[in-house]
Amino acid sequence: MNLGRYIAQKTVWYLVALVAAVGLNFLLPRLVPGNPVDVIVSNLSRGGSVTSEQQKEVYESYVQEFGLDQTLWQQFFTYLGKVFTGDLGTSFAYYPASVNELVGQALPWSIAVQLPAILIGWVLGNIIGAIAAFRGGNWDRSVFTTSLFLSAMPYYCLSIILLYVLAVVTGIFPVGGAYSLGLTPEFSISFLWDALSYYWLPFLSLVVVFIGGQAVGMRSMAIYELGGDYVNYARAMGIGDNKITQYIFRNAMLPQITGLALAIGTLVGGALITELVFSYPGVGTLLFNAIAANDYPVIQAITLIITVAVLLANFGVEIVYGIVDPRIRAAKSGEK
Amino acid sequence: MSTVNSSMAEETAAPRANTLRSFNFSARFWVSLVLVAFVIAMGLFGLVYPTGPGEKVGSLYDAPGNGLLLGTDNFGHDVLAVLMAGTRTSLIIGLVAGTVATTIGVSVGLLAGYVGGWFEELLMGVTNVVLAIPSIVVLILISMSLPESTIWSLAIVIGITSWPWTARAVRAQASSVATREHIDVARLSGARLPGILLKDVLPYILSYAVMAFVLQVAGAILAEAALSMLGLGPSGANSLGTQLHWALAFQAVASGAWWAFLPPTIVLTLVSFGFLLLQASLDEVFNPRLRRGKRKQMKQAAARRAEEARSLAQHRTVDASTVSPPDRTRAGGPS
Repeated sequence: MNLGRYIAQKTVWYLVALVAAVGLNFLLPRLVPGNPVDVIVSNLSRGGSVTSEQQKEVYESYVQEFGLDQTLWQQFFTYLGKVFTGDLGTSFAYYPASVNELVGQALPWSIAVQLPAILIGWVLGNIIGAIAAFRGGNWDRSVFTTSLFLSAMPYYCLSIILLYVLAVVTGIFPVGGAYSLGLTPEFSISFLWDALSYYWLPFLSLVVVFIGGQAVGMRSMAIYELGGDYVNYARAMGIGDNKITQYIFRNAMLPQITGLALAIGTLVGGALITELVFSYPGVGTLLFNAIAANDYPVIQAITLIITVAVLLANFGVEIVYGIVDPRIRAAKSGEK
Repeated sequence: MSTVNSSMAEETAAPRANTLRSFNFSARFWVSLVLVAFVIAMGLFGLVYPTGPGEKVGSLYDAPGNGLLLGTDNFGHDVLAVLMAGTRTSLIIGLVAGTVATTIGVSVGLLAGYVGGWFEELLMGVTNVVLAIPSIVVLILISMSLPESTIWSLAIVIGITSWPWTARAVRAQASSVATREHIDVARLSGARLPGILLKDVLPYILSYAVMAFVLQVAGAILAEAALSMLGLGPSGANSLGTQLHWALAFQAVASGAWWAFLPPTIVLTLVSFGFLLLQASLDEVFNPRLRRGKRKQMKQAAARRAEEARSLAQHRTVDASTVSPPDRTRAGGPS
């Protein structure tokens, strides 16, 4: 299969996946018994602070926004049109705040915690995993078991334990939140300094888990490569250990680079519960509050962003792989 | 030419006397088995524990003591009773979801890999589409639109979102098994498709299917916990996830009520670690390439060889015609 056809085929499959995901995103919340607008408006009126006239106004603006007076197909196209112009709608719970605004406030916090954690964890994890594979013996056993434990542990469990031990018991770090009460987010030295003290705990809990996962992957890849025919051949030819290590490292790295790309793709949705545990004002906390308040537009927006990020990362990896490694292009299409 | 020397009799008798040792179960395997057994025992023990998980036995976050081993939670319920009920619920969800996911995954993979052609293209296309969409998103959307979520609906939803990777891996193996000769024999003797799949293809991938099932169970338990913590858990039931959800919602961590949040955290960790370790050690049993020679066995083998060589040398001085083949004992092999 030539490169052009390979890319075209991948593009079609990912478009199908995207359409399926957007379709689910559109359809499922509309299957809720009654429609979400009825639910939210009846909740508003239960509060008692809203007059019936305001209520009617709110109701009509929602009905118009969702196109609930139209057929399902028309609604779907209304939804698609809005999504592609970047308009994610209006929040139910924080009416009249737009979803774009809410997500825009939460997203930077999530990225600020996760991106450094992923990058640093990736580098350290690979080094540790490679050393474990080459040295073997007790070192390998202890590193492997520890890494397996860390990567097997649900990431939020480590968060909870770290929060309790390092913040509540010993008081080294502040308990929860992202900055001290009374401050507003801004780009000033004092605010960033304050935010940094809150930053360490979520960062630590993510980076440790990530190191574990990468080390396990790298170790088994390196052991697999160590048994490869080309290694035996190189040894038989009298090639030095350092050179062989280099060969092994390069081959073992390929899947790890994929892992890095995919981890960056799951960045938005990867640590929802860690944020929840630390009440860090990222996407996870936003999602939690939205679920509690039946805030469908916000939930839909977050699930959509998570999906698009993951699909983009997967797509990017497949295209790069197709270019780098001709064997993948030649492989049976079923293995895509 | 060759003679039976005493060391060979020793070799066959000593390490293979125990049949279990011939499987080469590592220490890792036994540790994981103990962990999993402990969690299951805890879930079962809840059935005979006197206090029910919904019984109010104290007030908000009573510290452990007064006959309550782990104090009370935010509702004043006995944490131990809730924990045991939650473990049982989580295990049930894990088993049901794992069974659903493995069944779908293995069937799709077998059919696609064996039948091939456009049918394979179609099935794998669907699989890849489902695989590309993050399952947490689908889980959130489906559980949000279900009118009422019970542990059964939750288990089935988790099961039908987590099968694709199993299907992909099974397909790869099934299509290689499909080209083997015994399949042609079965086909020529008139076996039907379900018969061939079950009797001639499935046995070859059974070891993989068992490992996939173990991973699916662990994955489902964690997925349930994640959903419950986001507030989409089963209504009216206790699970490890809902227990953590309430502990976090009522600030158990910040108020230092360790007995309310540490037990479910630890049990979740044990479940996850235990099942993964079980899978990794099963992998080592099934796949010898991952096995590293045990140092102790290597040393024993080396000592045996040295002993043999010495006795050989002695024999040779006595009787030059007694020569035993040098490669009788090989080190590092599974024994």
